[in-house]
Amino acid sequence: MENSETQVPPLLELNNIEVIYNHVILVLRGVSLVVPKGGIVALLGGNGAGKTTTLKSISNLLHSERGEVTKGYISYRGVEIQGSDPSEMVKSGVIQVMEGRHCFEHLTVEENLLTGAYTRKDGKGSIEADLDMVYNYFPRLKDRRKSQAGYTSGGEQQMCALGRALMSKPETILLDEPSMGLAPQLVEQIFEIVKSINENEGVTFLLAEQNTNVALRYAHYGYILESGRVVMDGEAAELRENPDVKEFYLGMSEEGRKSFRDVRSYRRRKRWLS
Amino acid sequence: MPEQLFFTIEVILNGLMAGVLYSLVALGFVLIYKASGIFNYAQGVMALFAAMTLVGIMEGRIPFAHLINAILGTKIHHFGWHVNAVLALILTMGVMLLLAWLVQKVIFKHLVNQEGIILFMATIGLAYFLEGVGDLMWGGDIKMLDVGIPQGLNLWIDETTYNMFDYGFFIDNLDIYATVIAAILVFVLVGFSQYTKQGRAMRAVADDHQAALSVGVSLNFIWIMVWTLAGFVALVAGIVWGTKSGVQFSLSLIALKALPVLMLGGFTSIPGAIVGGLIIGVGEKLFEFAVGPLIGGATENWFAYVLALLFLVFRPQGLFGEKIIERV
Repeated sequence: MENSETQVPPLLELNNIEVIYNHVILVLRGVSLVVPKGGIVALLGGNGAGKTTTLKSISNLLHSERGEVTKGYISYRGVEIQGSDPSEMVKSGVIQVMEGRHCFEHLTVEENLLTGAYTRKDGKGSIEADLDMVYNYFPRLKDRRKSQAGYTSGGEQQMCALGRALMSKPETILLDEPSMGLAPQLVEQIFEIVKSINENEGVTFLLAEQNTNVALRYAHYGYILESGRVVMDGEAAELRENPDVKEFYLGMSEEGRKSFRDVRSYRRRKRWLS
Repeated sequence: MPEQLFFTIEVILNGLMAGVLYSLVALGFVLIYKASGIFNYAQGVMALFAAMTLVGIMEGRIPFAHLINAILGTKIHHFGWHVNAVLALILTMGVMLLLAWLVQKVIFKHLVNQEGIILFMATIGLAYFLEGVGDLMWGGDIKMLDVGIPQGLNLWIDETTYNMFDYGFFIDNLDIYATVIAAILVFVLVGFSQYTKQGRAMRAVADDHQAALSVGVSLNFIWIMVWTLAGFVALVAGIVWGTKSGVQFSLSLIALKALPVLMLGGFTSIPGAIVGGLIIGVGEKLFEFAVGPLIGGATENWFAYVLALLFLVFRPQGLFGEKIIERV
């Protein structure tokens, strides 16, 4: 990992970006991160830390929410991409799976998957092949392919959203909060599939997660965000062993699990540089 | 007695035909509402504008002639040529495409992610603007529109039924044409939205703007497409209504008749717009025929709205409207 980082330019790089919504609300204050090709990078942190905004600044869904990158730059394959159209990003291989799944409720599961291939121009044959590939990863979806997505379960919708992203033949998937509202068993299953997509199809993942425990077990590298800044980063294995991360994100300390009453705020004790 | 029966049947048939005309207007509403959540108040004016443009082009009128004359002191009105109906139709479609592009570029591009009511207000503005521009461009006089659709009593039906039942049905040729046109239009639209890639994208946008954006669908493109389609539907409605009663301001008021149709059929359903229109058309005519004489007539003015009111109370999503999917 360290070798590849120094030799090859990273696939995706955010350099000190600042994001402002509605011209007044400062959400990201200088976030820098690097995603190597073929990696799974986790973006961790609590509510309002800026995880989703970071992902949206890459896919540039920010624009439709009146947000914009005001400082810093984002580069993909060495090319600066901030401010480009979301559909251009999908065409160049970056697709976001939004938080809360966002399936097209009134479309069937199969139609949902097919909309994922909207930007592709490589013919019906290869789209059909990819549809089979998606059904291979998610056999549940094959059973439900003719039902309206709005009537499928939460887990199936998450699979549908992920499968839809896969249909665009992506190089990088920005996965926002895949564990949201799912049973622990299902979360494990989804992450298992993410891992196998990463290994078999070579898709790079940047995932935002609140479930630090699961995310750090599947990711290679992690960044911890707090109020719009990166406060810590490192190899996933290292982060898992870090006493601060253990205490504040995994709920463990030297004395074992603690009562919530004794948990102190992370920032009060320590200040981090971005 | 059979005389009465035949007369009732004739009323029903005429009601169906009138309903088709309402449906044509309602269709335009459904298209835009489905894909963008915008309730397009300007749909009726779009029909008027399309019909005016068609007449203007066919008669070889010079656009903005009054304005040009007022400024330059000239007295020009006509190019002095007449354009063939088919060619004029194609040119008008081009104008509607341009209009759709402008509407998206100038208005709705800047209102992404705004409340429905704000978008609605914008369409009210659009309606008045378009009305003014239409008058300025082609003049405010009442125009005759004749694209070659025959009008008047269909003799063949009259004679055949007379020979069979001793009672000649009075069916207007224009109504028959309108029905056929509407049927074709619905088949094309339903086929387009169900079985093509762009149609699927259109429905996806209708469901979730953000998600559609995230898979690379260009909202701009889809909305221009939808406004263009609505413009074409408005053109068809404008042709049929314009042929029937002349191209004049009151044409834009047919939009009001489309409202109860939408409430009946559901704002989001293309077949619903058709069935809603038919029910209103038949209901209106039958009610006038059966109950009208008892209460002094003129029931056609309010029957549709009262029916819509009942629907709002008992079935707010309409007959065919999409049920709001809510998972628990």
